[in-house]
Amino acid sequence: MELFVATTVFGLYIGSAYAIAASGLVLTYSTTRVFNIAHGAISMVMAFLYWQLRVEVGLPTWLSVVLVVFVIAPVFGVLLSRVMKGLGDAPVSVSLVVTVALFMAMVGLATQFWPSSENRTVDYFFGFSSVNLLGVSVGYHYLITIALSAVVAGALWFLLNRTLLGTAMRAAVDNTELLELFGAEANRISMLSWALGSMLAGLGGVLLAAYTGLDYYSLTFLVVAAFAAAMLGQLKSLPLTFAGAIGLGLGSSYIQNYLADFGDAIGVTIDATTLVGIQSALPTFLLFSILVFAPQVRLRVGQVKGILAARVPGSVQSNAAAVATFAVGVVVVLSLGENAVQKFGLAVAFAIVMLSMVLLTGYGGYLSLAQFSFVGIGAATVAKAETTSPLAVLLAALFAALAGALVALTVLRLTGLYLALATLAFGQLMDKLVFSANFMFGANGSIPVQRMGLLGGDFGDDRSYVLFMLGVFLLLGLGVLTLRRGPVGRLLIALRDSPQACGTLGLNQRWFRVALFSASAGIAGLAGALMAGLQEIAAPQSFATIASLPTVLVAVVAGVTTISGALLGGFLLMLTLTTTGSPQGMIFIVLAVGAILLARDPNGLVNLFYQAVRTVTGRVRDRVGSWDPLAANAAESPGDRDAIEPELAETGVGRGAP
Amino acid sequence: MALLEVQDAVVKFGGITAVDNASFAAEAGRITGLIGPNGAGKTTTFNVITGLQPPTSGDVRYQGRRVTTVTPDRRAKMGMARTFQRLEAFGSLTVRENVMAAREIHAGPRAWWRTRHDPVVDEIIATVGLTEYVDVRADLVPTGVARLVELARALAIEPELLLLDEPSSGLDESETEQFGALLQQIAAAGTAIVMVEHDMNLVFAVCEHIYVLDFGRVIAEGTPAEIRANKTVQAAYLGTPDAAAESAEEVESR
Repeated sequence: MELFVATTVFGLYIGSAYAIAASGLVLTYSTTRVFNIAHGAISMVMAFLYWQLRVEVGLPTWLSVVLVVFVIAPVFGVLLSRVMKGLGDAPVSVSLVVTVALFMAMVGLATQFWPSSENRTVDYFFGFSSVNLLGVSVGYHYLITIALSAVVAGALWFLLNRTLLGTAMRAAVDNTELLELFGAEANRISMLSWALGSMLAGLGGVLLAAYTGLDYYSLTFLVVAAFAAAMLGQLKSLPLTFAGAIGLGLGSSYIQNYLADFGDAIGVTIDATTLVGIQSALPTFLLFSILVFAPQVRLRVGQVKGILAARVPGSVQSNAAAVATFAVGVVVVLSLGENAVQKFGLAVAFAIVMLSMVLLTGYGGYLSLAQFSFVGIGAATVAKAETTSPLAVLLAALFAALAGALVALTVLRLTGLYLALATLAFGQLMDKLVFSANFMFGANGSIPVQRMGLLGGDFGDDRSYVLFMLGVFLLLGLGVLTLRRGPVGRLLIALRDSPQACGTLGLNQRWFRVALFSASAGIAGLAGALMAGLQEIAAPQSFATIASLPTVLVAVVAGVTTISGALLGGFLLMLTLTTTGSPQGMIFIVLAVGAILLARDPNGLVNLFYQAVRTVTGRVRDRVGSWDPLAANAAESPGDRDAIEPELAETGVGRGAP
Repeated sequence: MALLEVQDAVVKFGGITAVDNASFAAEAGRITGLIGPNGAGKTTTFNVITGLQPPTSGDVRYQGRRVTTVTPDRRAKMGMARTFQRLEAFGSLTVRENVMAAREIHAGPRAWWRTRHDPVVDEIIATVGLTEYVDVRADLVPTGVARLVELARALAIEPELLLLDEPSSGLDESETEQFGALLQQIAAAGTAIVMVEHDMNLVFAVCEHIYVLDFGRVIAEGTPAEIRANKTVQAAYLGTPDAAAESAEEVESR
């Protein structure tokens, strides 16, 4: 009985903190239509700030809490509302990229100010003081958290349902312009939403910090629980969100204390690692299930029309570029030292991962936040195969493709935000249940990999293997381009422009999407297999979801619609992921800023470069005199027309939409 | 038997009944008009026919089969094609690519692995009169042309039933006349056409049978002459001369 009371109180504490964080997420989403992936990262930074004030500066606990929750967090929220301005009306992929960027920027900032070399903890409020409840001593911190969640619930209900301001906030989401015509100031309302959202994120972080300790990722990802709760409330119902959060907290607490006993009772031994795995995967598992089974909220439809597509080069041009790239690659690889060759090879492997995103995100318009999970499946496959046969690498691609198809089948009906969140949940599940399990990468956390050979020979030398990888990348790139130029490419674009029209013309979109996901996952798996062969070792840290998030940003910054963008992206990602500590944080911040600036144009730096080159060569030709800009413009591919009239294309005004 | 039969279709959105026990039919080789004031439920009816909107109750029968629960893509494979009131042309593709994409969807996955010239694409573009715009991106053409792009795309899947949602808005008078002739030519080849249209001159000129919808209900049906003479229709839709003028303005302002 005492164990039960203690378990329940602890579950209520965790659940209440989740509820506070989740309500902030729902509040900002329901008033601005921006789903903040970085919500947990804000909690994390606020928790660090609380530590700074409480432990480093030595302020009293109450003052530190007040400063963080009522001063720093709202100011930060107001700044955030500037960054997020107008995002609610942008395509979901854009707002997701921006919030993922914010996520990475938060992690980057934290690594700058609070290096991981130091171990930081904060005490529970009132230390370990407690009251006796049904024979169990219950910490004040737990009681305060539970009480605060009730206060937050009541205050939010009152604000949204009983005040004019709350009504305006709820109205803002439907039609900001109309609301402004009625005299409300949409900007202020959005500022208030973000301020409240970040206050609640901050409060959640401060309340949980004593339990989780202070590190960059555990608190950040703990708030995935808040995503699950928010989804249970379909991103609009606060009562359901609260109920979901409390339920999760209780469930997680009961699992911790009772699952092992339950296992014993039915004759299954559950070891400590598995228990922790199950417990930490519970919120993610719930998120995934809720997304898959719950009735879906209707997302905005009929919005993005024409897209800003980069120019697709002709086959002669792209073949020549591939040969030239390979030639340059040979010269560079032969002149590099051994360490640098490894890094170069890693960059090429990452470029192949980027290529998988060109297909999925650049052409298909679907955002995956778990691309590295497929890389991991590829790597694990070659490691387990224990052979130098190239068939193992092909098998790795096949397994990853099957996994991709399976994920796509599960989340078949999801789109936009829901799809992206489901992939995030999938990545987390892979991290927690598969990659960390002993049967995958062994008890030591890494297993040796045999590098593949070819035609009876082996790649004993790193250089020849890296050049082989470069060859694979270029061939795949040419393949992807061929696909883009043909019917499949046309259908991918058509499907992005109007899924309804594709459906009523007879396209089975579900299978088309499954095939797309599967192909993309297969390429990522191939990259994983080649990468593991390069390093001759496979370890789960290399495939964590946390690697997938900067991948999305790099894809946006380098340009995910072109093969050259994928190559540049590979090198950027190599720099990002091989750097550690504070410099990595700096790269995160730079990437995040870049992604926020470039989020609205998915063609990235590479395409900006091409456009600049075309402008310059255009001017030269203009001076020669035989060149008619208008005629050339009409003959150019669609991408260029878009570059000239991006607003027209993006808003669909040119299409004469009513 | 009629090619398409809508039987007692009801669509409710929350408390609003958008389509209220509507029943009507369309036959091969005939142009059927579906008219009614804005908000009468015409587009929702199209969505029910093509499977984009499941009806709250009632049935859709096509080629003698109940297709109420069949997915939109399966219905398209059975020979249904439509255009949209709120344009759904593929904005990033050129006019020709729009038609090519439709042909490729129609041909199915096996045709996606080879690039082959399809003469039908050019024929359709010429028939609909889009030759001038063939290499222009669809989000850069005028509204009237974009509607023709949708028509061309619908024709590309060789439909037996063609559903047109306000196809003539955005066309000028002489273009509308040519458009009417084109529709008659398509119907003469055996295609059933159902047309939602605000241009009464066009409707009365080309439709053989007309259904009038108001508040989701079919309030009248008959030949153009019968509809013109129908008092209920005049009151509900064409109304007094003032109301008619208002409705004309509304159409223009779209």
